[in-house]
Amino acid sequence: MLAKFRKKVAPYWQLYVFLILPVAYILIFAYWPMFGLQIAFKKFTIVKGVWGSPWVGFKNFTKFFNAYQFESVLTNTLTLSLYSIFAAFPFPIIFALLLNTVENLRWKKTVQTITYMPHFISTVVLVGMLMQIFHPMVGLYGKAMQTINGEMPADLFANPNAFPHLYVWSGVWQQFGYNSIIYVAALTSVSGELHEAAEVDGANRWQRVLHIDFPALLPTIVIMLILRTGSVMSIGFEKTYLMQNSLNLSSSEIISTFVYKKGLGAGSANDYSYSTAIGMFNSVVNLILISVVNWISRRVGDTSLW
Amino acid sequence: MSTKTIAHDKPVKVKRSTDDKIFFAISGVIIGFLTLIVLYPLIYILSCSFSSANAVSTGQVVLWPVDLSVMGYEKVFENARVWTGYKNTIIYTVLGTLVNVFMTLICAYPLARKKLPYKGFFTFLFTFTMLFGGGMIPTYLVMRNLKILNSIWVMILPGAIGVSQMIVTRTFIVNTIPDELLEAAQIDGCNDFRFFGQFVLPLSKAVIAVIAMQYAIGHWNSYMSAFIYLTNAKMYPLQLYLREILIMSKIDLAEIADPEAAIAMQGMADLLKYSLIVVATAPILCVYPFIQKYFVKGVMIGSLKG
Repeated sequence: MLAKFRKKVAPYWQLYVFLILPVAYILIFAYWPMFGLQIAFKKFTIVKGVWGSPWVGFKNFTKFFNAYQFESVLTNTLTLSLYSIFAAFPFPIIFALLLNTVENLRWKKTVQTITYMPHFISTVVLVGMLMQIFHPMVGLYGKAMQTINGEMPADLFANPNAFPHLYVWSGVWQQFGYNSIIYVAALTSVSGELHEAAEVDGANRWQRVLHIDFPALLPTIVIMLILRTGSVMSIGFEKTYLMQNSLNLSSSEIISTFVYKKGLGAGSANDYSYSTAIGMFNSVVNLILISVVNWISRRVGDTSLW
Repeated sequence: MSTKTIAHDKPVKVKRSTDDKIFFAISGVIIGFLTLIVLYPLIYILSCSFSSANAVSTGQVVLWPVDLSVMGYEKVFENARVWTGYKNTIIYTVLGTLVNVFMTLICAYPLARKKLPYKGFFTFLFTFTMLFGGGMIPTYLVMRNLKILNSIWVMILPGAIGVSQMIVTRTFIVNTIPDELLEAAQIDGCNDFRFFGQFVLPLSKAVIAVIAMQYAIGHWNSYMSAFIYLTNAKMYPLQLYLREILIMSKIDLAEIADPEAAIAMQGMADLLKYSLIVVATAPILCVYPFIQKYFVKGVMIGSLKG
């Protein structure tokens, strides 16, 4: 048995030498934290450590489910993320389909360069720009409203109802160009002969977009949709936290920001166990979602992630 | 097969039907509109940064700079913390990217080899971390245990391998380095280390450029790990400093009695913000058009299956 194992592995020892550092890295920085997830079921104190702290069962989880913020935090997370997915999804596809019909290559290149650009702006700068442009007094939005209405508009960042729209549409602005790359790439593989045949049959450009280009994109669209739906619960901390303030909190507090505030945030109780339990709830739901979505897509079509 | 096939990428001037004319007009308008929507806020910010404080606070800037001035930039560069932030960001970006590229390559190469025993297990070890993780608090506790909080290591080691970049690299190696090359080299007595250095590295230049860009931009733009793991302000990267200025600093207008003084102060503060946005983003947006093709290539390799 052992001899067999050795015979199988030994000729490739050099490849394992390559893997020493990467495996050490992934064990330390990804699996060690997973091992630390057990504090979600414990009453963790720094002194006793991860291992030595006493078990408390599901107490931290029930505490979260019974917390008065539970419902709103969960609703906000789902609203923000579903709204993002469905508002943002069609834009790169439509954009790629139209861009594909542009015949002037220099203009096409220019459009691509410009629309990919915002993707490279950092989240901090993006939110900073957003705050400046929507500033009620000096911002573009403020000035425009002052000219139209003759008075200063209310601050959008202080309005919980405006928060999801600001969040989602600034995301669309930043990412639709870059996210179209994958569709543009898929469109280059559409055969020219198909188009010519359709042209001979009298199909105009719009009909060809609808009946040749769009069907060619469908497999890519399905995969992207799976990927996005699978990430419903993993909506980012970074942008939400930056856009958050005490006035819009009722619609901007999501699970990841709540985790931060309960665990590490200034003035929090530094309740590591409670915070870990909330985060773990999120990760587990996320894992289940991805698996289910992947399973469905494998059953329905033959596209799947793994 | 038709004898008169026209290459699709060489459009021949054909007289367009009315339908096509309408289609191209509408599609041109939509593309132009989307491009303008992306471009306008960027130009607006740039123009504001080159205007006078007064022009900014009274909202005279619409498209081009008003009262051309570099006051904002003088204020930005007078600030020692901007220089420190810049220096730190450059250090984290350069060192971090070097570590990233090295680790990613030595991880991707063995996983690209068909005959690696237990390849499935090792691949899973890495890809599983894309679906599930320990979350914020357990990861923080690991950094604490490793005693790397508030050190340069915490900015470089976690995230040393981006699993999606590693997969892109692996796919690239699988698709571009033929097995025959390896077999021929092995017959000549070449071991894996030499093969990696003499063949894999030179042949992977394109993908190295792709992942290096992605990693570098990631380091340049990130604020999250600095925000959570660093408390020493001298170590802050630029983005964290930006956050303080752009997002947290709000002049309380109610506290300043004299409305004109309030407007002047607000104007100066806003001018500073616009200049800071430009200073922090310009390096990336200036380099980006030249490296754009690498990002497009990265997305395309990523969409292949290895």
